[in-house]
Amino acid sequence: MDGRNNSVLNLVVLFPDLLGTYGDGGNAAVLATRARARDIEVRVSEVTIGEEIPEASLYLLGGGEDGPQRLACDLLKDGGFVDRVAGGAAVFAVCAGLQILGTSFAIEGDATYPGLGLVDAVTTRGRVRSVGDMASRVGERMLVGFENHGGVTTLGPGVGALGTVLVGRGNDGVADGYRTPGIWATYAHGPVLALNPWLADEVLVELSGEPAAPWESVADRLYAERCATINSRRSDAARIRGSR
Amino acid sequence: MPRLRPRSALAATGVRFVNVLSRRLTRGAGTVMGGRVGLKIDPHLLTHLSAGRRVVLVTGTNGKTTTSAMLRVGWASSVTSNETGANMTEGLVAALAASPHDRVVLETDEGWFAGVVAAAAPEVVVLLNLSRDQLDRANEVRRMAQRWRDCLNADAFFGVVVANCSDPLVTYAAQTARYVRWVDVPLSWRGDAASCPHCTRAIVFEVGSWSCPCGFSKPTDVTARLSSALVINDTSFNLDLALPGTFNDVNAAFALTALAELGVSLPEALVRIRSLTTVQGRYGRRRYGERTLRLLLAKNPAGTTALLESLDEAADVWVAINAQLADGRDPSWLYDVPFEQLRGRHVRCLGERRLDIATRLTYAGVSCEVVEDPAVLRRGEGEVTLVANYTAFREWMDVTTPC
Ligand SMILES: [Zn+2]
Repeated sequence: MDGRNNSVLNLVVLFPDLLGTYGDGGNAAVLATRARARDIEVRVSEVTIGEEIPEASLYLLGGGEDGPQRLACDLLKDGGFVDRVAGGAAVFAVCAGLQILGTSFAIEGDATYPGLGLVDAVTTRGRVRSVGDMASRVGERMLVGFENHGGVTTLGPGVGALGTVLVGRGNDGVADGYRTPGIWATYAHGPVLALNPWLADEVLVELSGEPAAPWESVADRLYAERCATINSRRSDAARIRGSR
Repeated sequence: MPRLRPRSALAATGVRFVNVLSRRLTRGAGTVMGGRVGLKIDPHLLTHLSAGRRVVLVTGTNGKTTTSAMLRVGWASSVTSNETGANMTEGLVAALAASPHDRVVLETDEGWFAGVVAAAAPEVVVLLNLSRDQLDRANEVRRMAQRWRDCLNADAFFGVVVANCSDPLVTYAAQTARYVRWVDVPLSWRGDAASCPHCTRAIVFEVGSWSCPCGFSKPTDVTARLSSALVINDTSFNLDLALPGTFNDVNAAFALTALAELGVSLPEALVRIRSLTTVQGRYGRRRYGERTLRLLLAKNPAGTTALLESLDEAADVWVAINAQLADGRDPSWLYDVPFEQLRGRHVRCLGERRLDIATRLTYAGVSCEVVEDPAVLRRGEGEVTLVANYTAFREWMDVTTPC
C-alpha cells in the first residue's frame, strides 16, 4: 500500500475536530517523536471534516462527545476507511474511537447506532460513568491511563482484549479494549502512548517490522511514577480487603 | 413551601441569614461555608438577596475573573462582587450577604449559570466563551451550551445578553434570547466548535466569519467589534490596557459593552479599567528570592493557548502543573495546547505533575528540565513568566510576595 512505501511511516489522525476531546492528538506526536529517534521517517497528517481520508500506515482515532462521535462514524463509513483497514492499514483507537470500530454503540440516550463493524464489539450505555485513573495488565506490562466514558463494551467470541483491568472499568470492569491484527483499542483516553512509552514502541515495532532501539526520555520516569501510584493504591486496597 | 409565605416573612428570614453569614464572613475564608449554611436554611436565599439590586453575571470558560474585575472598577461606585472567585451558588450568596451595594457583579461558574439566572434575575449577563475545561468532572461543552440556551430564551429571560458571536457555541446559547448584544472578537481557540450545535455538520471557519450548511452562521448585527481598536455602537476606543495579551483586550470588550448597557460613560470607564494592573495576583510582578516572577493562571487548553501567544520573548518560562480536584484529575489537556510554540526556550517544569508537563514538552520538541525542589530557583537573574494551573497558582501565590 502507498502508506507503507519507501519505509515512510504515514500516521493519519482522523477527525481531530470531532474526536480529540482529551488530548488524543498527543498519541500521534508520541509515535512520530519515538520513530524519528530510531531514524524512521515519519509523516503525520490530520484529516478534518470535509477532507478525503488518505492512505496510511496507521490511523489514529480519539474520543469525543455523542453528536461528533456519530458524525465521525458516518464520515468513516463513507470515506473508504473500512476497506483500507480490511486491506491491512493499522488503527490505534481510544474511547469513542474504540466504540466506532465495533458493531454498534449507544448514543444520545439509549439509541443504538451501527458502528463500522471492523471488530465484533458491542457497546451499550453503562449505568454510571467511569471517570478516573485506569490501569490494566497487558502481557507482562502495566498500562496506565485515565478513562472518562459511559460505555460498556462486550467483545464477541474470538476477539481478544488489549488488557486485563487492574483499576477502573475499561470495557466492563474485567477487560480493557481489544487487540486484533493491526488494531489496538483502549478506553485509556488522551495521550495514552505518552504515559506508556513501551506501548508506543510496540506499535512502532509492529508497523516498521524492526526492533526499536532503546530510547530514554522523561516519559520513562513518568511511566514509572504512574505505575508506582497505581501499585500503592492497589496494595492499599488489598490491605483493606485483607483486614476485613 | 417557602414561596407561599408572605413577603415580609421571607425578608425577615433573609435578614437573619445575612447576619449569620456576615459573622462567619468576618472570619475570613469561610465564604463558601457560610453560603452553604444559608442555603440550607433558605434554598431561595439567592433570589431574596438579589431582589431589588442591579445584578450582572459573567460566565464562560476563560476570562470570568478578569472581566468581572473590569466591570467592577468600570462601574465606578461601590459594587458588590465575589472577588475571590467563589463562583458557585454558595459563593454568590456569601458575597451578596456580605456587602449591601445596589450594584452587583458576579462571576458565575458555567455549570451553575442556568440556576443562577433563574434565581437572581440579572439585568445583564455576559457570555464570554465556551470550551473544554476539566471534563473529568464537568459536563461536556455542548450540553452546557444547551443549558445556557434553555435558561436565556425569550420566554425565560428578560435581561440583556452580551455574547461572543465569534464562538459558535456561545452564539447557539444566546441565539434565542430576547435582547442580545453581539460582541465580535478575535478567537484563538475553536477546537470545541467544529461540529454545528444544531445539526452536527462541519462549521466552516473563514477569516472573520463562520457558517454551517444548515444556515447557522455568525451574526452580523454586532454591537461591538474588536480588531486593532474596539468599536462599540460606532464609537472607537484605543484600549491601551496595563494588563497583557489580546485575551485581556477581549475581556475589556465584553466589560465595556456590558457597561454601555448599564448606562455607564465608556471613556470614563475605560480610564478606570486601564488602572488595573493585577487581578487576584495574576499578571502582576511578584518576588521569589532574588527573582521577579509574573504569575499567569492557565487552567485549560483555550486559556493556555491564549497565554502562550502573549509570552514575553525575553522572559524565562516556568510551567507548574498540579492535578488535584480543583485542577481536574486528568492532565491530558496538556496535549491540546500547542506547546510547540515554546521551542527555542529552555523551560523549567514544576508542580506535582512536573513529569507530565516535561513529557509533553519533550514530545513538543521543547528543551526542558524537571525541578524537584523549587527552592533552588530562588537564586538567579532575569524575569520569569510562571504559567501555573489552579492549585499550583495558589501555591506560588503563597510562596511569593508582591514587588
Ligand atoms: Zn448546522
